[in-house]
Amino acid sequence: MSKRVHCTSGFGASTNLFQRFCPAMDSHPTPILFPTKEEAAIRSRALEDAANQRILVLDGAMGTMIQQHRLSEEDFRGETLIHHERPLKGNNDLLSLTQPDIIRGIHEEYLQAGADILETNTFSSTTIAQGDYALEHLAFDLNRASAAVAREAADTHSTPDRMRFVAGALGPTNRTASLSPDVNNPGYRAINFDQLAKAYLEQSLGLIAGGADIILIETIFDTLNAKAALFAVESAFDQVGYRLPIMISGTITDASGRTLSGQTTEAFLISMSHAPLFSIGLNCALGAEQLTPFLEVLGNKAPFRVSAYPNAGLPNEMGEYEQGPDAMARAIEPFLERGWINVIGGCCGTTPDHIRAISQTAARYTPRPLHNTFGES
Amino acid sequence: MRKSPNIDASRVTLRLSGLEPLIVTPDSNFINVGERTNVTGSREFARLIREEQYDEALAIARNQVEGGAQIIDINMDEGMIDGEHAMTTFLNLIAAEPDISRVPIMIDSSKWSIIEAGLKVVQGKSVVNSISMKEGEAEFIRQATLVRRYGAATVVMAFDEKGQADSYERRIEICERAYRILVDQVGFPSEDIIFDPNIFPVATGMEEHRRNAIDFFEATRWIRENLPGAHVSGGVSNVSFSFRGNDTVREAMHSAFLYHGIQAGMDMGIVNPTMLEVYDSIPSDLLEHVEDVLLDRRDDATERLLDFAEAFKGQSKATEIAVLAWRDEPLEKRLEHALVKGITDFIEEDAEAARVALGSPLKVIEGPLMDGMNVVGDLFGSGKMFLPQVVKSARVMKRAVAYLNPFLEEEKSGSTGTGAGTVLLATVKGDVHDIGKNIVGVVLACNGFNVIDLGVMVPKERILDEAVRLGADIIGLSGLITPSLEEMIDVAEEMKRRGITTPVLIGGATTSRVHTAVKLSPRAGAPIVHVNDASRAVPVAARLISNETRAIFAAEVAKDYTKVREQYARDRAAKQMMPLEDARNKAKQCDFSTIPSAPTQLGIQVFEHVSVAELRPYIDWSPFFRSWGLAGMYPRILDDEVVGEEARKLFVDAMRVLDALEVDGSAIKPRAVMGLFPAARTAPETVTLFDPVKKNAPIGSFEFLRQQIVQQNGVQLSLADFIAPQADHLGCFAVAIHGVDALASIQEVAGDDYEAILIKAIGDRLAEALAEWLHTQVRRNHWGYAANEQLSNEELIKEKYQGVRPAPGYPACPDHLDKQLIWEILEAEKNIGATLTESMAMMPASAVSGYYFAHPESRYLGIGLIAEDQLKDLAKRRNISRDLAARWLASNLHSS
Repeated sequence: MSKRVHCTSGFGASTNLFQRFCPAMDSHPTPILFPTKEEAAIRSRALEDAANQRILVLDGAMGTMIQQHRLSEEDFRGETLIHHERPLKGNNDLLSLTQPDIIRGIHEEYLQAGADILETNTFSSTTIAQGDYALEHLAFDLNRASAAVAREAADTHSTPDRMRFVAGALGPTNRTASLSPDVNNPGYRAINFDQLAKAYLEQSLGLIAGGADIILIETIFDTLNAKAALFAVESAFDQVGYRLPIMISGTITDASGRTLSGQTTEAFLISMSHAPLFSIGLNCALGAEQLTPFLEVLGNKAPFRVSAYPNAGLPNEMGEYEQGPDAMARAIEPFLERGWINVIGGCCGTTPDHIRAISQTAARYTPRPLHNTFGES
Repeated sequence: MRKSPNIDASRVTLRLSGLEPLIVTPDSNFINVGERTNVTGSREFARLIREEQYDEALAIARNQVEGGAQIIDINMDEGMIDGEHAMTTFLNLIAAEPDISRVPIMIDSSKWSIIEAGLKVVQGKSVVNSISMKEGEAEFIRQATLVRRYGAATVVMAFDEKGQADSYERRIEICERAYRILVDQVGFPSEDIIFDPNIFPVATGMEEHRRNAIDFFEATRWIRENLPGAHVSGGVSNVSFSFRGNDTVREAMHSAFLYHGIQAGMDMGIVNPTMLEVYDSIPSDLLEHVEDVLLDRRDDATERLLDFAEAFKGQSKATEIAVLAWRDEPLEKRLEHALVKGITDFIEEDAEAARVALGSPLKVIEGPLMDGMNVVGDLFGSGKMFLPQVVKSARVMKRAVAYLNPFLEEEKSGSTGTGAGTVLLATVKGDVHDIGKNIVGVVLACNGFNVIDLGVMVPKERILDEAVRLGADIIGLSGLITPSLEEMIDVAEEMKRRGITTPVLIGGATTSRVHTAVKLSPRAGAPIVHVNDASRAVPVAARLISNETRAIFAAEVAKDYTKVREQYARDRAAKQMMPLEDARNKAKQCDFSTIPSAPTQLGIQVFEHVSVAELRPYIDWSPFFRSWGLAGMYPRILDDEVVGEEARKLFVDAMRVLDALEVDGSAIKPRAVMGLFPAARTAPETVTLFDPVKKNAPIGSFEFLRQQIVQQNGVQLSLADFIAPQADHLGCFAVAIHGVDALASIQEVAGDDYEAILIKAIGDRLAEALAEWLHTQVRRNHWGYAANEQLSNEELIKEKYQGVRPAPGYPACPDHLDKQLIWEILEAEKNIGATLTESMAMMPASAVSGYYFAHPESRYLGIGLIAEDQLKDLAKRRNISRDLAARWLASNLHSS
């Protein structure tokens, strides 16, 4: 099993399994090629080394940057989807296929701003989320293309002294496995574990094929969705014959300090600790100041590295984020000072300028030492 | 047992989670696992599941958690029940009950497929109960690997290919083998392994059962000593199987069994926490008989216990009563409790009682039920409740309304009715928040509207398709997160494209009247109204539905929103900042030819003997009423239709307090100090004071700020503009009312919070009155530029006099730091016994300080936002760091 490196023309023993989980790829026109186990091991080691030496910087928002290009429906469609039956404007993930230069450009801006880790443009690249656009069939290609374009940018900016990494992002999808969308029918679920796991498996395989160094399960507002993702990622690792580092990032939605599905930060940590994680952390929904008490829980208790990529403050009444780069860098500084952080970055409303300021601030601090145990509780 | 305490803790600490963590350390007390939600152990629960009466089944689960269960065991193994379906359904329902799902779940089945179904619906780290080597090692390894992948801990039953372990030796043989496979082959964390070494009944009359309890205790002790990290659990009620129907004996037996099991190292057990006697309160004779059996101390132990048990047969206990103490509360409190806790068990009963008591179903809804929902809203707003709880509350509300509905219909049939229409509600695509929407839905339904709720994350196409299909009269869009604002724009544009003109209601936390007016209204070809308050939804919906009022209302809203847009445009334009240098060029040029005369007395004056009687006429009462939440101007407020009565009561009480203060001249002490100095504007925003005698010796400078938001009239004001570049004067003052806190605290101690707040509010008014009184003295006598001024109190309050007395920290001069100089110059600490805290707050709290400007053109102003250039300039002038200056002026900074 571990010797298998290329799933090329022959597909080997895994073909059946693979096709069983990814029916969309039954008739995939090009052979699926995964990086070799050795390549993955070298990059994983480099990531570990870098994380031991310094606080790693994750990039900032993708959506905010795409918006600045003011793309039209035609831009989103590109040449291949001119005749697609649904409107595609707003399907940002699609741009990795139809406008890869724009996505690569954004990645490069973040690299120039000091990002060590790029997130792939795949927040909604599951068959589930793409279903809204009738593009389920493209899910694998979207993930592979997004990872490849980020890989390309990261490689261009890597030096032997400082490698840049690609985190293949698994978003929460637009459905929740723990909550009913119908108040009168609390037992109802719009999606279940198996459906999620299937979609996430296809996404993970696409990301690995495209060259992701890390799998990042992010913006988790329902832990059950994330558990399905983790389950799928493990299956993907089984199939390719090696593991990649896994980052987990949850979202605390409001002042109650709970995830949308109702868990406290510590309960979330416990519920996601069954895999050997590279890191666990929080992102989105709140600004750095509001994130502080919840991050402290992880800083004190997580037996893994800790990450944070908050929003640029809280949005104003027009839904705009106003916190500037310096203000945000100042707001995250207390996390760094207190030694809670290994990976830091930005979520909604952040730009390369934010990442630059954050990166400069992070360079002055040392990473949180890796605890092998949960903190005293 | 192990060397490093750190490693030790991690290797033996079991971490589980529901919505909240459950951490089992070696120091933890015994963990109770609730057993009543088990169809094999509870006939009642089995019946409820068979008949799909899930509400009542949930009540059993809740009862256990309220009764102290830290984990709840769920078992659906029964021939007549589709176990996978029942497990999935029940766990999904539990997930919607935060009172229950806060604890971890034990997924209990002898069928792997049922366990796996359960694992796929729990978000927390649960416990599987159980896996074993019954079907061989391969299957055991497969299941254990999956348990780990689903993120659960597991109970491992002492069971192998040969059968269930029934002796001490078989127990330890199987447990050791399973442990080695799990830890060495599967990589299962040892702390996540919980052995169940089988609790079997005692006192069965069978000779081979005599050592059942003892063997369990001894195997437990061996496991804890030899299999590091592993925990021990068991189904306790099994042990008393022979005494079914005799709760007193069973409870005593459970307690005694647990007592000895825990001594041996059992740290978890499946028990009914409400069926457990406290070990120490078991009658000693009963305990002796029970322990004789458990510990196999006598040959005739079983017969003796059976005889002894006869005496207790049929007795039941009242342990569950305490849980329901809230049922003794008054009706309104019960309804509130049910809403806040999301309990539907008694809601119909209580709604009926309320209907009878209030005489009308509508009064029940608008009264106690809405009151309860308001409590829920407040708790949510303050982070004391969280989303799932609020959704539950809405459900209780809905249940109550559903019950009241037939009565409502009855009541309505006599009246004209509202011409209720159909309202389609949806949380827009990408957003899962729906409390606001649900509450609005409930309120609308309560008022006779036909509410169709499409749920959350609804794409615009579906919203509009359904609206057309159902002929909705109104579309309600909700959203909490900010991207929903953009999504709402898309909906509005799509409506326009399709030519749909159905009126739209907008609600949700991030929505706003401004956003609706600016971004939504111009894009839609239909009336769009922002309604963020559920109580406003009904009148708005009613006016939008009625043919007579729709056009008028839409026009009103359109007009209002046009104003909002204009205001917004103005605000934006106004927010354009002018560089400080440019602003300085637009400073006010006062006419200093009319410079006020020099003060008749320069230097500091202290005022020690002002009486309450003197101050009374100077009191401005309007802010006093505002502080009590009563809006309106004094004295008109006393005759106000709405708040007049409350205002009058309050005013009478205030007069009473003032009378008492006047009579007891020593209860409070007004103290004041002021100083008048030669002054000059020595820099654009700097006013320097000079010694009253040596007129060229500077004694300090006040540093003011200048407006940088572009002003419509072309003048960028600073208070410094009112002082001439040379040969002018400036005053400053500080006043305080001493003794207020002491008087208030006497009332607080006596438990009269109303009186305490009243006294403090009056203290604040007296401090303001003292400032006003002092200013009058200054104008008429000490400075004397208005010696002939004759103004009524009302005219004083309206500031009809010449000159102003702005205070540091207020809009005209938002920087608090000048207080330091005022204190220094006036020696305020010595002269009036008042001090400044590190944040520049004045002590006592009833105190006022400020400057005196006398120029006829001087007036109050608002600095608003300042830009970075001015911040840096101020920091330089004050000789402090930019960051420190920024801290003091945080709310005035344009840049953050």
